[in-house]
Amino acid sequence: MPAVSKGDGMRGLAVFISDIRNCKSKEAEIKRINKELANIRSKFKGDKALDGYSKKKYVCKLLFIFLLGHDIDFGHMEAVNLLSSNKYTEKQIGYLFISVLVNSNSELIRLINNAIKNDLASRNPTFMCLALHCIANVGSREMGEAFAADIPRILVAGDSMDSVKQSAALCLLRLYKASPDLVPMGEWTARVVHLLNDQHMGVVTAAVSLITCLCKKNPDDFKTCISLAVSRLSRIVSSASTDLQDYTYYFVPAPWLSVKLLRLLQCYPPPEDAAVKGRLVECLETVLNKAQEPPKSKKVQHSNAKNAILFETISLIIHYDSEPNLLVRACNQLGQFLQHRETNLRYLALESMCTLASSEFSHEAVKTHIDTVINALKTERDVSVRQRAADLLYAMCDRSNAKQIVSEMLRYLETADYAIREEIVLKVAILAEKYAVDYSWYVDTILNLIRIAGDYVSEEVWYRVLQIVTNRDDVQGYAAKTVFEALQAPACHENMVKVGGYILGEFGNLIAGDPRSSPPVQFSLLHSKFHLCSVATRALLLSTYIKFINLFPETKATIQGVLRAGSQLRNADVELQQRAVEYLTLSSVASTDVLATVLEEMPPFPERESSILAKLKRKKGPGAASALDDGRRDPSSNDINGGVEPTPSTVSTPSPSADLLGLRAAPPPAAPPASAGAGNLLVDVFDGPAAQPSLGPTPEEAFLSELEPPAPESPMALLADPAPAADPGPEDIGPPIPEADELLNKFVCKNNGVLFENQLLQIGVKSEFRQNLGRMYLFYGNKTSVQFQNFSPTVVHPGDLQTQLAVQTKRVAAQVDGGAQVQQVLNIECLRDFLTPPLLSVRFRYGGAPQALTLKLPVTINKFFQPTEMAAQDFFQRWKQLSLPQQEAQKIFKANHPMDAEVTKAKLLGFGSALLDNVDPNPENFVGAGIIQTKALQVGCLLRLEPNAQAQMYRLTLRTSKESVSRHLCELLAQQF
Amino acid sequence: MQFMLLFSRQGKLRLQKWYVPLSDKEKKKITRELVQTVLARKPKMCSFLEWRDLKIVYKRYASLYFCCAIEDQDNELITLEIIHRYVELLDKYFGSVCELDIIFNFEKAYFILDEFLLGGEVQETSKKNVLKAIEQADLLQEKTETMYHSKSFIGYKKAY
Repeated sequence: MPAVSKGDGMRGLAVFISDIRNCKSKEAEIKRINKELANIRSKFKGDKALDGYSKKKYVCKLLFIFLLGHDIDFGHMEAVNLLSSNKYTEKQIGYLFISVLVNSNSELIRLINNAIKNDLASRNPTFMCLALHCIANVGSREMGEAFAADIPRILVAGDSMDSVKQSAALCLLRLYKASPDLVPMGEWTARVVHLLNDQHMGVVTAAVSLITCLCKKNPDDFKTCISLAVSRLSRIVSSASTDLQDYTYYFVPAPWLSVKLLRLLQCYPPPEDAAVKGRLVECLETVLNKAQEPPKSKKVQHSNAKNAILFETISLIIHYDSEPNLLVRACNQLGQFLQHRETNLRYLALESMCTLASSEFSHEAVKTHIDTVINALKTERDVSVRQRAADLLYAMCDRSNAKQIVSEMLRYLETADYAIREEIVLKVAILAEKYAVDYSWYVDTILNLIRIAGDYVSEEVWYRVLQIVTNRDDVQGYAAKTVFEALQAPACHENMVKVGGYILGEFGNLIAGDPRSSPPVQFSLLHSKFHLCSVATRALLLSTYIKFINLFPETKATIQGVLRAGSQLRNADVELQQRAVEYLTLSSVASTDVLATVLEEMPPFPERESSILAKLKRKKGPGAASALDDGRRDPSSNDINGGVEPTPSTVSTPSPSADLLGLRAAPPPAAPPASAGAGNLLVDVFDGPAAQPSLGPTPEEAFLSELEPPAPESPMALLADPAPAADPGPEDIGPPIPEADELLNKFVCKNNGVLFENQLLQIGVKSEFRQNLGRMYLFYGNKTSVQFQNFSPTVVHPGDLQTQLAVQTKRVAAQVDGGAQVQQVLNIECLRDFLTPPLLSVRFRYGGAPQALTLKLPVTINKFFQPTEMAAQDFFQRWKQLSLPQQEAQKIFKANHPMDAEVTKAKLLGFGSALLDNVDPNPENFVGAGIIQTKALQVGCLLRLEPNAQAQMYRLTLRTSKESVSRHLCELLAQQF
Repeated sequence: MQFMLLFSRQGKLRLQKWYVPLSDKEKKKITRELVQTVLARKPKMCSFLEWRDLKIVYKRYASLYFCCAIEDQDNELITLEIIHRYVELLDKYFGSVCELDIIFNFEKAYFILDEFLLGGEVQETSKKNVLKAIEQADLLQEKTETMYHSKSFIGYKKAY
């Protein structure tokens, strides 16, 4: 007899399901469903009271219809009624319906909660479990509010049945994940840890999950779990394969529990207690030893369960990164898996080895597997496995194997899946630069990249090759020659034309001696590509042409002819037209000397972090490229490859604007010839103002360029004014006025406005911030008709702020006439992240009475935010990378203002982050990203704001690479809504 | 675990369990996308794939695909065995389970899953304990009704 016959067959339901399955078309199905819905509706509305069974049957049908993908808008009340049935199966169906189709109808929630409350209090373990399952399945905030306080009690009560404890533990976990603020920590936490000792394996299994989650947020409170987890693990690992009876799975003792315990241990550093540590190391060794034993079963379940524990053990060994012996053993074990016949194991081994490659203890051991990995790249049939192999090659690359790896990756690129080409291109470009021994190899590699996968070569890559060629005169001739040859190909990629145009414009003279590449030949070669290119490339080529006029006077007439052609001078594109007009004029009016100065060779670019590396990090998250950042494995790699500067380890997100060649928009108009005295017409094609201070000032740049060398006051002033020019110490000024914080909050998301106003004085603020610099104008308005005397506003840095923020002020006139306004300019430089704003102390005498006022200056860390745009995938990858508990700060709070999406957007933009659309699966949510720019470091920030309109609440989550920044940003922003 | 989906080779969703709050619209979108991705994979390919910021672990049993979405730090192999243990539980309960059992007794499939996994975490791994909890409900049931008989998709029995 089949087991189902014990069940509660509902004949009507089975018939209905059969009918649906027999429907020949979608229309027929919808018709049948509508008929059924009408039937159920009439039954529910009918005068005759339905018995429990019918109610259950109809509710179950509704559920089935819903699960088919149709909307259900009634039946909730009947389901709620079932909750209070004393028949178990009716109650069960009621709960299932509620779990699947929660409706936040408040009236209903109250009834549901009531039923749950009754069941929790029933002392009937089956009913209690049903209620707990329902809470865990719904996991809503309302349920959290109603039950989060009760469940810990049930969990640790001495008389709770094991099954109830299990459900309570995981129910609490779900509530904690949804609304951590609702779960009170307390006396029960210590007792939860001791559940690790429980006799019932199921209770331990459930409890470990809860503890792992709780200890991530409060590691110190749960520290005792380490030794308990180790001893539990040790007992399992050393038990014989049948000791644990039903908890043994295909001859593997308690695999789920083992994996969970190993995960729990990864929340902590290695145990401090030597005995505990010894015991743990013994466990880890036992697991590694067992991997070498012959399998106890041929079933895949046996090997999967066993290897699940093995991989988790290796994760823990890598997490500790302190036992060279274990690391090398782990690496050897993974090496065996690299050639395993199971695809799954090969995949996991490649993935796991990637992290091993970045440990100094195991890097060399990983390298020994290079041939196997290259082979995997060539022969694996599954693209996801090939991707892992490419990742691993990148991670294991160093100077000794760079040429081999780069050439293999180039070869792979020719056949690689389109989805991963761009990433491979970035990786090749980075490795080629990082490990270049001679730069001709580097140039060859990049040109090969363009040839093989030109479409996937992003701007960062070809900008970078130009930058390096410009900075290294030993490779310029070679680059010119090679690119000239590459351009001979009948069909060459537009990126090749760009690189070629730029390089020949700068260094074409180095190959002009050879008649095969004489100036006219170079020009006609480039110009043969001109008409096939995009506007941006044509603009670049026009700049090359004007450079040619300087380099090769003999081409002047030809080029002027080209510029003068109607197709240039009257080009519909303003950019091209402007360049043609200006270059033509420049070449006709300027003397040879002026031309030579204006069109001089580009100066070397300042060394910065490679923009490609930054791009890959943006693609893959900060961890991905870190192995290359620190140069730890390769002490000799500094000057020859100086282009990649070691970044401070705290920097996780280089800003796009920190890129040397970061300007990704189409080239801006060339500087007009008249102001081009400083030379370098071409520089604007690539460069932002920050990287190129020599560029003629535009109004916008002037704002910051003035800031750069902190302009010293004239020496005269110092002597003339004996009063201390330095800020008065904090003790000299009064405490901030009570509303200072509130006033400050108004400026978190905006830069301009009235900072303060009373009957006497109004203080207005206008400020602008760029990167780590800012300028603020303070306007002090005398609202009275009487002159203020001894007017003296000063800026004070309390505490450590002096080392975090530099603020330069100029003194203002000591008298402010009645009705007049004076202006004070503040130059601000953010040196490193800071928490407290500077204070502004304003003192003056009004009608003989001294007045003093201290405000908080509206300079908060978010002012130095640079928005960063990124795609959803990148965002998630970065989000994942910032998953350490201390990197996250979260706040759940009531809305203080009406919840308007547009207002929220404006505030987030004002806060400084980029708003990313189509990232969060829930369109109601807001997701943002940016980088805090300080002089010492950059802090990548990701944020997510989840409004809950029903509850009038928000949940705000910040993840940054720096704990204090996460918390501080979270606090600042939470007060804005 | 963030969610579990069971769907047929024809792409029909047979069971869905969500352990994270998502709108119905988003659930439908995820389902559509994943079903398509998984069905497009060839038989010998590996059982894991990266998808958005999640890892997908899937396995096919006869006509039915079992597909779990786990987070970055979760263990792929043990998830594969979560799937298998669930199949075993269904098999034991229904006696040689097949897709039809899950269609006609979907509520049972949900009840068994709730006893095994709660809030996306393994609650009880003992087959005996899980089934004991489920059968208690059946013993309370007065009505008995014999349903259709069907073939297994576990072990060697051939699927229909």
